[in-house]
Amino acid sequence: MSDSQIKMIVMPKWGLSMSEGKVVKWLAKEGAKISVGDELLEVETEKIASAVEATDSGTLRRIVGEVDTVYPVKQLLAVIADDSVSDSEIDAFLASYVPPAVDEEGEAEKDAYEYIDLPIGTVRYAKYGDGGKTLLFIHGFGGDLDNWLFNVNTLAENHTVYAVDLPGHGRSVKSLTDASLAGLSKFVLEFMDALSIDSANLVGHSLGGAIAMKTAITAPKRVKTITLIGSAGLGNEINMGYIDGFIGSESRREIKPFLEELFFDRSLVGRQMIDDILKSKRLDNVTDVLRHLADTVFKGGHQAEKLGDAAAASGVPILAIHGTDDHIIPAAHTETLKGKASVHVMGDAGHMVQMEKSKETNKLISDHIH
Amino acid sequence: MARILSMKDAINEALDLEMRRDPTVIIMGEDIAGGAGAQGEEDAWGGVLGVTKGLIGKYGAKRVMDTPLSESAYIGAAVGAAACGLRPVAELMFLDFMGVCFDQIFNQAAKFKYMFGGKAQTPVVIRGMVGGGFRAAAQHSQMLTPLFTHIPGLKVVCPSNAYDAKGLLIQSIRDNDPVIFCEHKNLYTHAVDVPAESYTIPFGEAAISREGKSATIVTYGLMVHRALEAAETLAKEKIDVEVIDLRTLSPIDLDTVIESVEKTGRLVAVDEANPRCSIASDVIASVMEHAFKAMKSAPRAVTAPHTPVPFSPTLEDLYIPSAAAIAEAVRGTMK
Repeated sequence: MSDSQIKMIVMPKWGLSMSEGKVVKWLAKEGAKISVGDELLEVETEKIASAVEATDSGTLRRIVGEVDTVYPVKQLLAVIADDSVSDSEIDAFLASYVPPAVDEEGEAEKDAYEYIDLPIGTVRYAKYGDGGKTLLFIHGFGGDLDNWLFNVNTLAENHTVYAVDLPGHGRSVKSLTDASLAGLSKFVLEFMDALSIDSANLVGHSLGGAIAMKTAITAPKRVKTITLIGSAGLGNEINMGYIDGFIGSESRREIKPFLEELFFDRSLVGRQMIDDILKSKRLDNVTDVLRHLADTVFKGGHQAEKLGDAAAASGVPILAIHGTDDHIIPAAHTETLKGKASVHVMGDAGHMVQMEKSKETNKLISDHIH
Repeated sequence: MARILSMKDAINEALDLEMRRDPTVIIMGEDIAGGAGAQGEEDAWGGVLGVTKGLIGKYGAKRVMDTPLSESAYIGAAVGAAACGLRPVAELMFLDFMGVCFDQIFNQAAKFKYMFGGKAQTPVVIRGMVGGGFRAAAQHSQMLTPLFTHIPGLKVVCPSNAYDAKGLLIQSIRDNDPVIFCEHKNLYTHAVDVPAESYTIPFGEAAISREGKSATIVTYGLMVHRALEAAETLAKEKIDVEVIDLRTLSPIDLDTVIESVEKTGRLVAVDEANPRCSIASDVIASVMEHAFKAMKSAPRAVTAPHTPVPFSPTLEDLYIPSAAAIAEAVRGTMK
């Protein structure tokens, strides 16, 4: 038997800033038969907690990651192997296991955020993976490219994945002259031009979904498919209490209840998530840009544009994913896409369905893209 | 692409950005001129440790005022200029020197808004070095934060890292009240990721530097790092410590402290200042008053002893609270 039949389960890396994670509990027991996609254990980072899924099948032979213990990214937590592999071979494998060297420099180099100068100013993005199909992730109002931390790495295993910070968000330029969906869609196309991306599968969350639709309508040749996650641009209502609260909150205590509205499982809103959002919000001009954006796309407390029909008419295939417990944009808005798109409304998920149902979301995206 | 900046450079950047944004911002102090663009007698050190280096080349001698060695004169001038519409940032090389200009600070600047019925504003920042471990002896090593914190009308800031230093200094300059900005000299070279843009951190919001369930350490400045070091040691003993960095001492974020103690039931307050009437004693008193029922054991304070800072390196190292002493205090609360 060779080592290659022994598969390692390691501490995952969710997002660029994750360097370690804590084993909260094991969801599978030693000796259990594991299929690809089964949830093996729960891991908690400073940002968020989520389940680690199996990427190999076999028997969960040995668990070495202890509960309530923090391990660096890539550290071995368990091994999966067929029953044909003997216990002594597993022992030998574990005995010879060398933990990955802590290579922060090299790691940072490989995974670093990148910056590019566009007509509007400097824009931050991240690129993951190579080859396969090309995906571009567009976050929503007040978000940034780290909103995709549970999606980009999985999809980058087979594809080329880009995620961008919209103007006024994350670490991109803090000005926005044209805050309309047309203006934001123009920005997306300029970003694609600058990186020589002829066409891409656009994945948009919330406002990013509306931007993806607008782009498919105005430039269908540049858009292979669109995936709309908790998307805006499908109906009238928008939770303005959330939008105004997010813009107006200045402290951790003020913003927390608003961020909790984003999730079905409110306990996901942790200290690090709040701190990261405040770090971005506290940059000069961010509040002004967000106000200007909200006053444009959500003018008078309603969504300014409904794009479902036009997006469907563009001929670009549409996948829509929504959480039943979305308190920001009602799941009922996806009704308008029935018969014109592949629509999936998932239970136990809020507005951040791509985080709360990352496994299902990643599978749907993977099957949808061209 | 992380942008790693030392606390010294982050403070320089905050001054630079605010001077660029707002022409009423001026800086003054002893030997603060110097660095790129300075010539002749203006080519001083750019601050005794180079914090203000290069600013005179960008903004000229009218806005970067190299003052005579007379703290009482130029701190008084800064307070007066603030009352008349400028936003001066005056560097008191070592905050230990406040003795010669304290009337200007506590009896004038701190009182104007109150005594003029809210009609006067004094947007002055007095910044300078605090703390020990620099082998600078008893008159240049003190942690005098409790003295400033005692005075109503002063805001008191003491950052533990470059990111906070930049955001809190920009907030201090934009604030309309007098701010004492305490920079720990042994943190000047400590570097973290700092955005290039301007940003502010509001006063009165503590940071939770580490989350934990078993005990709460409340501290600020250099001691945050010692507390985090202690927390790492204790984690191996399955003691899960929460570390709170107060960031601003006046106003103080008691809500975050009390919330944490209500969770852990155990409190260790760490202060590099002398023990009597210190930030540590103040935090402990407030928690006992508001969250006594949550306590599982008596709170503990880890501070410097009630003596001047020794010049002997061996004694100075013993004088400043160590990670080992902090860890031992936490163990004491676990019994």
